[in-house]
Amino acid sequence: MRIAVLRGPGTNCDRETARAIAEAGAEASIVHVLDVESGIVDLQSFAGLVIPGGFSYADRVRAGAVLAAKLRTSLRDAIEEMRSKGRPVLGICNGFQVLVELGVLPGIDGCRAALAPNSSARFEFRWIHVRRVGRCRLSAGPDVQPMPVAHGEGKVVFSDPRCAGELESAGLVAYKYSMPDGTPAGGIYPYNPNGSEADIAGLCSPDGDVLGLMPHPERAIHDWQVPSALGVANGISIFRALVEAASSSG
Amino acid sequence: MADAEDAAAIERYFASLGRKPSEAEIRSIAQLWSEHCRHRTFRGRVVGPDGTLLADDLLSTFIGSVSSAPWVISSLRDNAGIVEFTRGYGIAVKVETHNHPSAVEPFGGAATGVGGVIRDVLAVWADPVALTDVLCFGPPDSPAPHGALSPRRVMDGVISGIGYYGNNVGVPTLAGAVVFDGGYLGTPLVYAGCVGLVPPDGYSKDPRPGDVLVLVGNRTGRDGIAGATFASSALSGDIKSLRPAVQIPDPLVEEGLIRLISAVRDARAATGVTDLGGGGLVVAAAEMAHEAHAGCELILDEVPLREDLEPWEILVSESQERMLLSARPEEAGSLMALARHEGLEAAIIGNLTDSRRFRALHHGVPVVDVDMDFLFHPPRLTRTSVPRVTEPEDEPLLDDPRDPGGELLHLLSSPNVSSREGVLRTYDLGVRGNTVVYPVEDPSGGHNDAAVIKPLDDSWEGIAISVGLRPRYSRLSPYWMAASSIDEAMRNNSAVGGRRISLLDNFAWGSPERPEEMWSLLEALRACRDFASGFGAPFVSGKDSLYNESEYGPVLPTLLITAVGVIPDVRRALTSGLKSPGDSVYVIGVTRAEMGGSEYFEMKGIRGGSVPKVRIDESRSAMECIVHAIDQGLLAASHDVSDGGIAVTAAEMAISGHVGLELDLGRVPSEGTSREYQLLFSESNGRFLVEARAGADEELEDLMRSVGCRFSRVGSVVREGRLVIRGDRDVDLGLEELEDAWRRAPW
Repeated sequence: MRIAVLRGPGTNCDRETARAIAEAGAEASIVHVLDVESGIVDLQSFAGLVIPGGFSYADRVRAGAVLAAKLRTSLRDAIEEMRSKGRPVLGICNGFQVLVELGVLPGIDGCRAALAPNSSARFEFRWIHVRRVGRCRLSAGPDVQPMPVAHGEGKVVFSDPRCAGELESAGLVAYKYSMPDGTPAGGIYPYNPNGSEADIAGLCSPDGDVLGLMPHPERAIHDWQVPSALGVANGISIFRALVEAASSSG
Repeated sequence: MADAEDAAAIERYFASLGRKPSEAEIRSIAQLWSEHCRHRTFRGRVVGPDGTLLADDLLSTFIGSVSSAPWVISSLRDNAGIVEFTRGYGIAVKVETHNHPSAVEPFGGAATGVGGVIRDVLAVWADPVALTDVLCFGPPDSPAPHGALSPRRVMDGVISGIGYYGNNVGVPTLAGAVVFDGGYLGTPLVYAGCVGLVPPDGYSKDPRPGDVLVLVGNRTGRDGIAGATFASSALSGDIKSLRPAVQIPDPLVEEGLIRLISAVRDARAATGVTDLGGGGLVVAAAEMAHEAHAGCELILDEVPLREDLEPWEILVSESQERMLLSARPEEAGSLMALARHEGLEAAIIGNLTDSRRFRALHHGVPVVDVDMDFLFHPPRLTRTSVPRVTEPEDEPLLDDPRDPGGELLHLLSSPNVSSREGVLRTYDLGVRGNTVVYPVEDPSGGHNDAAVIKPLDDSWEGIAISVGLRPRYSRLSPYWMAASSIDEAMRNNSAVGGRRISLLDNFAWGSPERPEEMWSLLEALRACRDFASGFGAPFVSGKDSLYNESEYGPVLPTLLITAVGVIPDVRRALTSGLKSPGDSVYVIGVTRAEMGGSEYFEMKGIRGGSVPKVRIDESRSAMECIVHAIDQGLLAASHDVSDGGIAVTAAEMAISGHVGLELDLGRVPSEGTSREYQLLFSESNGRFLVEARAGADEELEDLMRSVGCRFSRVGSVVREGRLVIRGDRDVDLGLEELEDAWRRAPW
C-alpha cells in the first residue's frame, strides 16, 4: 500500500514525512507537483495523500497560497476523489496552510479559516505540547504529546467569531495547544505559540478523512528527537492512524 | 594590492601575444587574480622589517602542514573539506564570510552568504544537513557610523536574511554565535557555514577535455558584478553606491539545485561540479578546467540571461543559485532532463578542451583567449610584517567584589553573555527531523555548547558541530586569541560528546598591506599550526577574508574556528541543563589568574591583563575525561566554561535545567589565583562544569584520575531554585533573578 507525499518547489519536509510513513508501516512515494500536473503520476493510484511542510513557492503572497492557487482545481479535485473513496489526506504545517487555502478545511458551511502571521510577528521554532481533542479518526495518540512548531504563519483565525465554538462542538478541532500537563494553554504564549483562536493546532474535516495541523509530528517520532524535559515521542501515532485509514479505504 | 605589479604582468603577457587585452580579459583576470579567489597574501611571502624572509606560502606553511589525519578524505583542496563519517559516508564542511555585502545590504548579503556556502558543499556532491552562522556586530546600542547602517539595523537584517534562506531551503541552522565589539562598528562580520553528507562513493570528479559544460539554475543578470574584487577591498564612501555589488537571493531555485545535485550524483550523470561564487562564471569555468588539466571554450551567447549584458558582465556576474557541471557529451541529455524535472533551467554553454587555453566567444568572436597557466600564476606578493608594540602582560589585581552576586547579574545581562534565544528560534532547528541536541533547549530556552545531528536512519552515530572565537583577545595577543579559539571550539564539541574533531579556520582581518595586520595574521597562523598539531585535530577547510576595513580602521582581527566531531551513539549526547537535585557537580580543569580580555575586565573597563593560555596536555585530558565519561554514561549535564567564567557557566546550567545549584568556591581547582573574583570570573581555557549522574561519583572520579585531569567536586544540584556560590561573600540568587538578567538581551 502506497501513500503519496506531495512536493513542489520549496517543499522541504517531504523526506522526514516519508520516513515517518515508512515507520508506520506503509510505502511512501515522494511525488512532484509537476509530475501530477503533467499526468506522469496519478494521485488516485495512492491509498492516501500527505502534503508536508516547507515553504512551497517560498511562501510568496501568503504561506501555501501559490501551491494552492496553482493546484486549485487539479489538487482540489484529486482530494475530493480520494475522499469519495474514504482515502485519508494529511496536511502538516505548510500542507495545512494549503488545505485551508483550498477551502478543504475547516469544511463546514459559513466558516472560512486562515492561517495568519503569528502574534509574535515572526517565524518561530519551539517544542510545545498538544492535546488531542474531538473525534477525528486521524488524530490518534495519547491525550498530550510534545511536538515542535516551526512557522511564521500558523495562527488559526476564522471568518466568524462563532466558528471556533461550532467546530469544537462538532468535534472537528483535532488538536489544541496545551500546558505540559494537558490543561488548556488558554492563549498564553509560548504554550500557545502563535495566538491561534481557542488554542487550535489542528482541524479535521467533518467526514474525518482530512486532518491538518501546524505542529510537526514527523519530527517527533523518536525519543532522541525530543528534548528530554518534554516527554516521550508520539508523533508516530498520527502516521499509524493515517496508514490504518488508508488500508481500510477503497 | 599589487596593482602596479599585476598591471605590468598583464602588459608583458599581452605584449608577448602581440596584442592589447580586451575589456573582458582585463575584467576576467581581475576576478581570477583577486585576493578573494587566489589568496594572494596567503600564497605569498612575508618578510620582516629588515627584509628577512619570515614565511613563504603561509597556507602551506601553517595550515597545510596540519591538514592530515587518518579520517581526512579531502582537505584544503576542493570547495569543501571532507572527512570520514561512518560506513563510507563522508562529512563535507565549509564556512565562508559574506562581510561586505552584509554591511551594505544586511538581509540580501547574509541570505546570499548562506546560499553560497550551501553551493560550496553541493560542489563536492554532498547533501546539506546543517548550517552554521557566526555574526559579529558593533555594540547593539551604537548609533549608525558615518556612511553606514547602525549595528542594530545590520543585525536585524542579517538575522532575518539567514533565517529566511535557511528555513526556505529546509536545512536547519544549528550552530553559531553572536559577538558584539566596538571593533566591528564599521565592518560587521557574517560567517555562514554548511555541513553536508556525501554518500559512499559519492565524491567522484573526473572532468576531461571534450566534456560539455552545463550551467544550471538562475539566469545571469547584472547583480553582484565584480563581487570578488569588491570583497577584496576596503569599504569606503557611501554604502548605497555599493548596492549593485550585492546579489539577490532566491532560495526556491537553491532548493531545486540541492535536489538536482543529489539526483545527478546518484545517476552519475556528470563528471564534475562546481559552484558559481566569487568571480562568477569565469572563475568557475577556469577552476574546473584547471582541475581537469584542460582548457575551456565558453559560448557566451548560450548563457541564459535575465537582461542584456556585455560579454565581460556575463563572465563576472555573481548572480546567485547557479552551478556549473561537466558531463560527457552523450550524458548531457539525461543531465538536462534531471534539471527540467526540478523545474530548473539548464544550458550547454561550452566545453573543456585539451588546449590549456581559456577561451570565451561572443557572436563567434573570441572575447577572452589566454593561457590557463597565465591565469593561475599571478605575480607572487611579498608582504611585510612588523610586530605590534604590546603592553606588558601584568595581571592587574583588584579587590574582591563587595557584591559578587550583583556583578554576576551584570555579566549575565551583558550583550556578549545574554540569551540568544530570540535569534535561535527564528531559525528552523528541526527541519529534516535529524536534530538530537538543539542549540536552544526546550522548554527553558537555555543554550547548548554544540549541536548534534543523526543524519542516517540506520545508525546511531552522530555529527557534533561547534564554533569557537575569542576575538577580544586579539588586542592582547593574536597568538593566544587563535589558540583560545581552537580550545573553545573543541571543548564545545567535547561537551556534547564529540571526538575525532576536524577544524576549519576563517580569518577576517584588515588590510594585509598594513605591517601590523600582517604580523597579527602570522601570529594567529602560528597558533593554528601549533595547536592543531598539539590537539591532533586537522584543518580540513578554511578561508581568509582580508581588507575588512572602513573609515573606522581595520576590523578586530577575528579567527572563527569551526569544529566538526563525531559521536558513536547520539542517545548519549549531553545537554547543558542541570537535571536532578542531589547530583554532584564537578569542575574539570584549572582556573588561573587570566583575566585579560575577559567579560569581567570588559565590565570594569580594564584593557590589559594576562590573556588565557592554552596548555595542550591539560585541555586534552579534560576533553578526554568528558568524552569517556559521556560514553560510560556517567554524566547528566556538561557545559564548557567560557565568557564570564565559572559563575556565568553555573548560572547558565541552572537556567537551562530550571533547577538550583550550590557550589563552594574554595574547592575550585586553581593555580596562582589570589582573589575570589578570579575563581568566579576567570576565562582560563580547558575547563568544564559537569553534573554526575546519581551514584556515578566514584566511577567518574576514578576515570578522571586515570585520564590524569585536574578536577574537584565543587557542589551539587539542589531542589530550591537558587544559585549559591559560597566564598568570603556568597553569591545567592534566585533563578528568576538570574533569568531576568540573562534575558535582558539587546534584541
